[in-house]
Amino acid sequence: MSIWEYANPKRFMQTSAWALPWAVGLTVVLLVVGLVWGFFFTPDDYRQGSTVKIIYLHVPAAMMAINAWVMMLVTSLIWIIRRHHVSALAAKAAAPVGLTFTLIALVTGALWGQPMWGTWWAWDPRLTSFLILTLFYFGYIALWAAVENPDTAADLTSILCLVGSVFALLSRYAVNFWNQGLHQGASLSLDKEENISDVFWLPLLVSMAGFVLLFVTLVLMRTRTEIRARRLTALLARERVA
Amino acid sequence: MRALLLRDLRLAVRSGGGFGLGLAFFFLLSVLVPLGVGPEGGTLGRIAPGILWVGALLACLLSLDRIFALDFEDGSLDLLATAPIPLEAVVALKALAHWLVTGLPLTLLAPGLGVLLNLPPAGYGWLVLSLLLGTPALSVIGAFGAALVVGLRRGGLLLSLLVLPLYVPTLIFGAEVVRRGAEGTALATPLALLAGISLGATALLPFAAAAALRVNLR
Repeated sequence: MSIWEYANPKRFMQTSAWALPWAVGLTVVLLVVGLVWGFFFTPDDYRQGSTVKIIYLHVPAAMMAINAWVMMLVTSLIWIIRRHHVSALAAKAAAPVGLTFTLIALVTGALWGQPMWGTWWAWDPRLTSFLILTLFYFGYIALWAAVENPDTAADLTSILCLVGSVFALLSRYAVNFWNQGLHQGASLSLDKEENISDVFWLPLLVSMAGFVLLFVTLVLMRTRTEIRARRLTALLARERVA
Repeated sequence: MRALLLRDLRLAVRSGGGFGLGLAFFFLLSVLVPLGVGPEGGTLGRIAPGILWVGALLACLLSLDRIFALDFEDGSLDLLATAPIPLEAVVALKALAHWLVTGLPLTLLAPGLGVLLNLPPAGYGWLVLSLLLGTPALSVIGAFGAALVVGLRRGGLLLSLLVLPLYVPTLIFGAEVVRRGAEGTALATPLALLAGISLGATALLPFAAAAALRVNLR
């Protein structure tokens, strides 16, 4: 039993059809618990007041915005190396979801920044790298939309994703170099002592898990749609020939 | 290989348009910015490094789609792909030809435009050096973008959407060199990073561009 069996579209459709209701249910439960807990049952921060509560949307969305690109990078590599169509379609399906998470992170950040920093937008390294990430997402999606032949599109976007990842990383360090930050450091990290209190940390963890599952659910749904669309095209083509 | 380079250069110079257009655009931009910002020398001097770099970048962008599009249309790209020299070398040569007719003239023109923008005297040498080191990266990255969109009918707009995010690190380090040069502060770090981006892009991106071309010629 190897993971590559799921590269077979039929197998993927069967498994995802079984997994999807569970993923949807778990996403709803985790998001409701995490967000309700975060919004209504946590104390206000002593300096930020109730604006701290945006963390339950902002941090998970920002995390998933980056992870979505990483997932696209991995699936693009799998497509280039092993030519599994499901992989290419999953990358295509993930891009708009990742773009939406990026925009959520930018908008919630602006809403929080207005009362806290006194500005909607500052050319801070983190904010700037997210804006650049948005541009990469736009370019990637536009290239998918522009190329008609699906295999050509998958090849070209995979190459763009690989090169884009290198340049996105470069840009990340370039903007660090270019301007000193206004944004606070990491709220959570694996290797250092947490600099956020447990009261905020637990609901945050729940909503982060909820966002991960939300991403998985959406990508599964969108990949299934893509596969069905591909089958439909094949059927129509066969009908035209017959 | 030399024949290919000379052919590209001749085409660029004789077919009109592409060659002078970028330079004219660069010049116009440097004239328009003071008209918009106002003639006050201090402000202009402060934004001059950024304006000159952004101008060079946009001027470079104008002629990118000509790198492969014309050869793709008349079929000579297919011949080049089956030629005895590797496609990676073809890409590198075409990027070099693009740099010779765009990046190099832009670099030479830039100090003159620096005068218009009231760039502080200490900045001129660094402006030329940073453009000399940075514009090859612009041409190579642009060749990669052009290779991605070569088969598309409306590739021009898409090309700028794809290429501009890739230009971000080059722009940041390039403009930083000139700004620090104009202020007289230490600039070895951004200069080294700029040169590093140029070298890395020149070494690696022709492979990515050739891969994209092979997909598009399939």
